[in-house]
Amino acid sequence: MTEIPSPLPGTFYQRPEPDAAPYKSKGDNVAVGEVIGLIEVMKTFIEVKAESAGTFESYLAENAAPVQAGAALARLA
Amino acid sequence: MAIRRLFIANRGEIAMRIIRAARVLGIETVQAYSEADHEMSAVREADAAVCIGPAPASQSYLDISAVIEAARSAGADAVHPGYGFLAENAAFAEAVVAAGMVFVGPEARTIERMGDKVAAREAARAAGVPIVPGSDGRLDDVAAVVEAAREIGYPVMLKAAAGGGGRGIRVAANEDELRRLAPQARAEAQAAFGDGGLYLEKAIERPRHIEVQIMGDGTSAIHCFERECSVQRRRQKVWEEAGAPGLSQVSRAAMCDAAVRLAEAVGYRGAGTVEFLYDETGDAFYFIEMNTRIQVEHTVTEMITGLDLVVMMIEIAGGALLPLTQKQVVRDGHAIEVRICAEDPLLQFAPFPGTVSGLSWPEGEGVRVDHFLYEGYTVPPFYDSLLGKLVVHAADRATAIERMAQALRGCRIEGLRTTIPLHLALAADPALRSGKVHTGWLETWLADGGLKAAAQGETL
Repeated sequence: MTEIPSPLPGTFYQRPEPDAAPYKSKGDNVAVGEVIGLIEVMKTFIEVKAESAGTFESYLAENAAPVQAGAALARLA
Repeated sequence: MAIRRLFIANRGEIAMRIIRAARVLGIETVQAYSEADHEMSAVREADAAVCIGPAPASQSYLDISAVIEAARSAGADAVHPGYGFLAENAAFAEAVVAAGMVFVGPEARTIERMGDKVAAREAARAAGVPIVPGSDGRLDDVAAVVEAAREIGYPVMLKAAAGGGGRGIRVAANEDELRRLAPQARAEAQAAFGDGGLYLEKAIERPRHIEVQIMGDGTSAIHCFERECSVQRRRQKVWEEAGAPGLSQVSRAAMCDAAVRLAEAVGYRGAGTVEFLYDETGDAFYFIEMNTRIQVEHTVTEMITGLDLVVMMIEIAGGALLPLTQKQVVRDGHAIEVRICAEDPLLQFAPFPGTVSGLSWPEGEGVRVDHFLYEGYTVPPFYDSLLGKLVVHAADRATAIERMAQALRGCRIEGLRTTIPLHLALAADPALRSGKVHTGWLETWLADGGLKAAAQGETL
């Protein structure tokens, strides 16, 4: 089990755009450097990338939720 | 109706500025805040404060019904929208009035008219204000766009008819490029504004951005001279001056008179700004748009005129007429403002929210700081990165730049990265010092490593 932490405080998004599908769903393969979400910080969108490979388990932060730096955003199996 | 209790539907430094103006007038203040902003300095400074919703702006500062409800229940009789958020939202201005309160700004119909680029352009043309050659109205398909470009001549700029903030803007050098870009611009405009309508205008190469501050009481209007805002990054102003360097008296007078004509033609009430593109080579200026709010950079105008624009707009909203005539507005010296933002200029301007662990500001003759920081304050990540504005005033431009450099060296903001190193480098830059800048200058300077060269020079 690996958790992907938020690199910055801000608002977390599971999707690239409001109407799009989430970046990842349960069972998806995740490669190193792959984008799993966005953090909006001061009107700038920053991609959250996986630092290790694995199988996507679930998001731990809600879509459009405020998060602190270091907060767990998603879990890989 | 004189205003007695003013609701501030904004945050950050402009909320502090509005509180200061209200105090001058003996008006009570009620500060709106989101759940992320309860430690904000304006919450502490205001006479009262009301939480209007969760951290995301869409659920707080942009939620019209939440803001109106909070203002009503706090017993406010007026609402000041500041800049950004709902400041130029006609539906909000209307809702404030419908709730029996005064909106500190122009009438909703003026906001609506000037907020629609095509309608604003028509209003400018009708008032005899020069406009950039462009399409006569909105263009709803690619064929119409191509036809309009043939008449105007390339290069052309595509903009969203309902737009703002630079979204949907494309420059095409020829027809092939235009045919490729027009569908993208349409899609982007549709996504951003729910309206895919475009308009087209001639692209002016290396233009300067010069704008005129106006103030109106619904019938008469005056100007408070111009500001030079050409130093921009991603269409955001970075360094602003009053007046515009090297602008002839004739052009200045023509530009200021045009702004007043437009303001009076639309029955403008309150503080507003008429923005122009200035083509230095041809000594020609063209109307771009009108901003129906107090602007971030109003400070430089206040420094050269000695006026308090925020006080004036509140008095006018309360029913007063313009308190002075055009002849009584006199310019004195030169002023510069820099925007100090929580961004790391040496790291692609990455946002840098965090806790202010140490803070001191420069003081002295001709130095003003508008900000909302205090030691121990945690700048939240949810909003704009603007922390404050450092403003200087001096007898002439060269002295003002020296004073700015000195004032910047006197700023100490610990715990955050800020844009101060950028401003120091700009203050030392020969091109900026000579006034030879245009709206594309800063991005080219940054791309050419201007900042890194300056940073290395500092450490040597």
